[in-house]
Amino acid sequence: MSEGKGHDWPLWEVFVRSKGGLSHRHVGSVHAPDAELALRHARDTYTRRLEGVSLWVVPSSAIVASDPAQSGEMFEPAEDKIYRHPTFYDIPDVVKHI
Amino acid sequence: MRLVRIEAEGHKRYIASMYTTELSKNVKPIEAAEDPALVEAFEARVAADEFIEPKDWMPEAYRKTLVRQISQHAHSEIVGMLPEGNWITRAPSLRRKAILLAKVQDEGGHGLYLYCAAETLGTSREEMVEALHSGKAKYSTIFNYPTLTWADIGAIGWLVDGAAIMNQVPLQRTSYGPYARAMVRVCKEESFHQRQGYEIMIALANGTDAQKRMAQDALNRWWWPSLMMFGPPDDNSPNTARSMRWRIKRETNDELRQKFVDITVPQAEYLGLTVPDPALSWNEVKGGYDFGEIDWEEFYAVVRGEGPVAKERMKARREAWDNGAWVRDAAAAHEAKRAAKAAA
Amino acid sequence: MPSLPTIEKDVEQRAKSAPDHGAFDSATAGQHDPAVVDYCQRLGDDALILGQRLSEWCGHAPALEVDLSLANIALDLIGQATNFLGLAGNANELAFHRDVLDWKNCWLVEQPNGDFAQTMARQFLFSTWQHMLYDRLAGSSDQRIAAVAAKAVKEVAYHRELAADWVIRLGDGTDESARRMAEGLDWCWRFLPELFELDETLQALVDRGIAVNPQSFEDDYRQAIGAVLAEAKLATPPEQRPILGGRRGHHSEHLGHLLAVMQYLPRTYPDAVW
Repeated sequence: MSEGKGHDWPLWEVFVRSKGGLSHRHVGSVHAPDAELALRHARDTYTRRLEGVSLWVVPSSAIVASDPAQSGEMFEPAEDKIYRHPTFYDIPDVVKHI
Repeated sequence: MRLVRIEAEGHKRYIASMYTTELSKNVKPIEAAEDPALVEAFEARVAADEFIEPKDWMPEAYRKTLVRQISQHAHSEIVGMLPEGNWITRAPSLRRKAILLAKVQDEGGHGLYLYCAAETLGTSREEMVEALHSGKAKYSTIFNYPTLTWADIGAIGWLVDGAAIMNQVPLQRTSYGPYARAMVRVCKEESFHQRQGYEIMIALANGTDAQKRMAQDALNRWWWPSLMMFGPPDDNSPNTARSMRWRIKRETNDELRQKFVDITVPQAEYLGLTVPDPALSWNEVKGGYDFGEIDWEEFYAVVRGEGPVAKERMKARREAWDNGAWVRDAAAAHEAKRAAKAAA
Repeated sequence: MPSLPTIEKDVEQRAKSAPDHGAFDSATAGQHDPAVVDYCQRLGDDALILGQRLSEWCGHAPALEVDLSLANIALDLIGQATNFLGLAGNANELAFHRDVLDWKNCWLVEQPNGDFAQTMARQFLFSTWQHMLYDRLAGSSDQRIAAVAAKAVKEVAYHRELAADWVIRLGDGTDESARRMAEGLDWCWRFLPELFELDETLQALVDRGIAVNPQSFEDDYRQAIGAVLAEAKLATPPEQRPILGGRRGHHSEHLGHLLAVMQYLPRTYPDAVW
């Protein structure tokens, strides 16, 4: 980064836990020069209306994603494994608690 | 397995995976060279109301149109902070001060969400800001008008936010995922903006003669520019059809404008204010108002950058950016020092 | 008449050590203890004037994210001012219809924003003080003051940390930022002694357990400031001649201009309701 032009700070992805017991969920991103200010910027941007109880920030450059062009081979093979779902099995209605 | 980085990389247009640098040299980023099969699949997905995500294949024209639309939207939020910001220090009560500050801050937040959404398309915030400051990028014409009295704050909330909401609500279902998600957040947060504006107008309309005069004068000045916010008439809006097909525009300019007039006129009547349009009349047949001719010469002059306070708005934005350069540099330098120390 | 719970032995025991004054001894509703009113005005005026100053940044900050941070701090401060001035009387009357001589804020908060370094120097020096003060004020014998302070102390803790973060980044950033940060601190330094001034009004309230004696945490304060400046690789500025008088209505020239802007509408239209 060259000095004197005030370039963009790096981008961070922001995840918010909206209340205890729930997972952090991606809500957006912020620019920040470092991790600590990234947390502060995330707090000041994404939790102004009581949206959360916990925050994660992750450098956008650190996230590795699957390739959408490969989504067929990645995700479609799961489609026919219906025996993994409880509704696949026939149990008579009279049998309870199963 | 191929891995993808979610971070948009500067100017690079379409990075399918980490391993396609060679490939991307061969991909000509012009529509003509685009694989018809890919284009067809894309059009089918959009037509089926599926969402397009940043790393999905998309036609170059779609990407460009989106960058233009989202960054303009972001610029409008940021420049839009200025006319209302003009009254934060002069708000007439502690309650009004807090509300206005929170509202203008929200607009900054909305600009931020939108810049981030545009960044997923491979442009940087810095590039967008520079395009704004050089006059290359546009923003909503409405913000080139001055806020003269406190009533302007009411009128902006009521009319300008009202018009904006009308435009934005359908965009929550726009085809580009990051844009749609940003708009969901924006619409949720903006729900109080119009109400606070109208509340200001009610107080003025029920107030002293001086306050009533302020309110009427504000309506007189903001009415027509608000109608212009929806953009040129449909027969003069060449890209509307394509944008509608791509689900990045969901209703036409004239449809939205008509809706706005129909909703707003009774609100003005409730305030006891007169809409500054002698041609305004209820049309029983169409079930809506007929209204007078918009002065499109005025609109195009403001688009050209000749709005009454266009120069002031750009000067304020450039100064904020330029005066902040040393701050952004300092924080980056501090982090570089820390990282170097940690590595040593 | 419904039966009441039996008064048990342990309740009798506890009753012995309970305070010997209560609601019955307090001032009649609508009557305000002038010393408490004065103290609430000091607290409220500090918050309002600084909130007003910070709101001047809105739309003009060095980065969008920073714009949002500054507005959040300003909103917290305006909220605190509304609460404290509400304890002193009609908050809006007090905010919009007093002239310079009746304002009780300290000099530090009315200083102009200057550049971002000066703003952060002011914020860091004030928020650190305010945090230490509110932390103790949450134990005030005046329940209303204690309640406002207890709520605000969390807000102020955040302001203090954010400001310290910026002092460190600017102090130990580039040559230019270090110079600007040192200049910002230098500008503000002469106003620190006022924060620890213990005048008669304050002393009387301290004696009644209502106010906090700021001198009780001056050493902690100097130490905390010194620690952050050391991390920022900034020298602690040399002591300057103390500038005092804000608590008694004697201010800088800046305050009059701030009030002229802030109070313009209610003063121009005295009959209007907004």
